[in-house]
Amino acid sequence: MAEASNQSTSTSSPAPLFDREEPLTADTFIRGLWEENPVFVMMLGMCPALAVTNSTINALGMGLSTTFVLICSGALVSWLRNWIPKQVRIASYIVIIATFVTVVDYLIQAISLELYAALGAFIQLIVVNCIILGRAEAYASKQRLLPTIVNSLGTGLGFTLALLSLGTVRELLGNGSILGVQLFSDNFQGWVIMILPPGGFFVLGAWLLFFNWRRLRKERRMTEQTGVIANAV
Amino acid sequence: MGEYLMLILATALVNNVVLVKFLGLCPFMGVSGKLDSALGMGLATTFVLTLASVAGWLLEHLVLAPLDIGFLRILTFILVIAAVVQFTEMVVRKISPTLYQVLGIYLPLITTNCAVLGVALLNAQEENGFLESVLYGMGSALGFTLVMVLFAGMRERLALAQVPAAFAGAPIAFIAAGLLSLAFMGFAGLA
Repeated sequence: MAEASNQSTSTSSPAPLFDREEPLTADTFIRGLWEENPVFVMMLGMCPALAVTNSTINALGMGLSTTFVLICSGALVSWLRNWIPKQVRIASYIVIIATFVTVVDYLIQAISLELYAALGAFIQLIVVNCIILGRAEAYASKQRLLPTIVNSLGTGLGFTLALLSLGTVRELLGNGSILGVQLFSDNFQGWVIMILPPGGFFVLGAWLLFFNWRRLRKERRMTEQTGVIANAV
Repeated sequence: MGEYLMLILATALVNNVVLVKFLGLCPFMGVSGKLDSALGMGLATTFVLTLASVAGWLLEHLVLAPLDIGFLRILTFILVIAAVVQFTEMVVRKISPTLYQVLGIYLPLITTNCAVLGVALLNAQEENGFLESVLYGMGSALGFTLVMVLFAGMRERLALAQVPAAFAGAPIAFIAAGLLSLAFMGFAGLA
């Protein structure tokens, strides 16, 4: 938020940082998707990220349901932000979120019973997903409707992306398939462990390792470059 | 009696909430840096989870089922859990100030622990009886505490170990949690 408001200081009047309204930019969308990715960077929403990513389709279903709740509750919170008293705001947010979770719960039951059974209690547990309450408190309660919707969409898609990157790896290694389509010949032996609970921890650990390694390599190159420049001077 | 003991053992070890069902991962990753705080969090959660199972059962069978308003289940459960947490905080402060000092900061965090809501919802879904619900809640909470303490012990040693730079922090913690989860799969033969 600090970065975005720095960019916009020329246009907006100086106001306290916490209730400064943010203009709608591409950054509003991209931030949640990548820089502040809920799972890989912020480490929020770990439970569904590990529990329902044993196949690509489950990951996609969970990601999109969360995105729906995120957008709807964000929009309502943003719309009602001037009417909700400060003292009871958290309770109000929880009631709003729980309402939309109930909607999704019944919606998925109507669309596909198979998916509903696979996701289990985790659809209902979206209500305690820290990402949604976090967005409501940190963003939707202070910003106008349109930026909130765009930001929620970015964060939701960032969450979906993270779930998919776990789900595809686990399904590929565990079953040799993606979205149920077999990719290898019959004599491929699936790594059963990848579909079982420990696989979730291992794959998420491996992704975090990959991102850490990339960050370290980038930092090393930066210091090498500045070192070369400093030597030249 | 033996069958109830078996139920507690099965929920604590075989179907462990954290490592097998993936509930309550946020405190599992967040508060497991030190052994004392992990134990405090575990005990506070045990208390709330058992109470919340009781409250959940009463709510389901005395209010939601007779009035046929199952669609309000999520909404009412989360509000009741928030109230139970608040109530626990007040009672603990009144009865034992020492315990309050140990558990104090962890109590409000429990509202967003998905293990509490998860166990209450699972109890309602599987239509457990009263005693079963309570034992299920207690067994889950004991399993949670056990895993918190074990993992905190591992992390205290990990903090001193020399790991490659890219592994430091979260990646090695998740890999360690994976190994612990692998070890808990061994209990599957117990059931």
